[in-house]
Amino acid sequence: MKQTDQISLVFGALADPTRRAILSRLTEGDATVAELAAPFSMSQPAISRHLKVLEQAGLLTRTRRATARLSHLEAEPLREVTTWLARYQRFWDESHERLDELLAALQGEPADNDGS
Amino acid sequence: MAKTQITAEPGIPQIIMTCEFDAPRDLVYRAYTEPELLQQWLGPREYTMTVKENDVRDGGKWRFVHSDGEGHEHGFHGVFHGNPSPEGIVRTFEYEGAPGHVSMETLTLTDRDGRTLARTVTAFQAVEDRDAMIASGMERGVHDSDERITELLARLQAG
Repeated sequence: MKQTDQISLVFGALADPTRRAILSRLTEGDATVAELAAPFSMSQPAISRHLKVLEQAGLLTRTRRATARLSHLEAEPLREVTTWLARYQRFWDESHERLDELLAALQGEPADNDGS
Repeated sequence: MAKTQITAEPGIPQIIMTCEFDAPRDLVYRAYTEPELLQQWLGPREYTMTVKENDVRDGGKWRFVHSDGEGHEHGFHGVFHGNPSPEGIVRTFEYEGAPGHVSMETLTLTDRDGRTLARTVTAFQAVEDRDAMIASGMERGVHDSDERITELLARLQAG
């Protein structure tokens, strides 16, 4: 799969607030559908549909423990999307930092480094 | 310290970037338009930026070249539209490594009690073009830690 296709799937999955809340819950540990549905006024089948979208984006995997089906957070696709924007962010952070220093110098003051 | 806010929403061929500077608007405008000033800040420190052309007027051309220490060069060029002024600049942008993929940048500079808010809206031809631009990282690699994932989730949750 092309990297941008994967990123589109991940962003599509992250576009929904319920799915973001589910991912946040899963950072605390694996959970059953009932546990994931508990904070929402939403049926378990509706939650299951959200889980399916997350699964297709590679953001979670599901395993069986006895009779319960557990959802597990897969962080790798999130690492890819954060890295994706981070490179671009880094480019502009550094450029704007240099511009900040230049503007300070042009105004005849030392650059404000804020101790950083 | 200047803090850059970048917004790239899924499915929308656009990037919005804002940054506030502790300097009057006319000075920020000079830093964005005068070649000798531009060369001092645009791009990462390890790159040498050369302004080949920067004809800041309606229909005027601009061309910049970034060079790394290993002989790699990346050229960018485009054309200014409308009448560039301290209130704002509209220009097209094309990376010479991907000819025909042209974006349009609208920079507005807003006075904020002696400080200046710079806001750039970049409109791409397609979401794929926007995604490719971000994925290129403007030709720069970076290593990331797991902490970023936790931070991302916290931000998504807050949003």
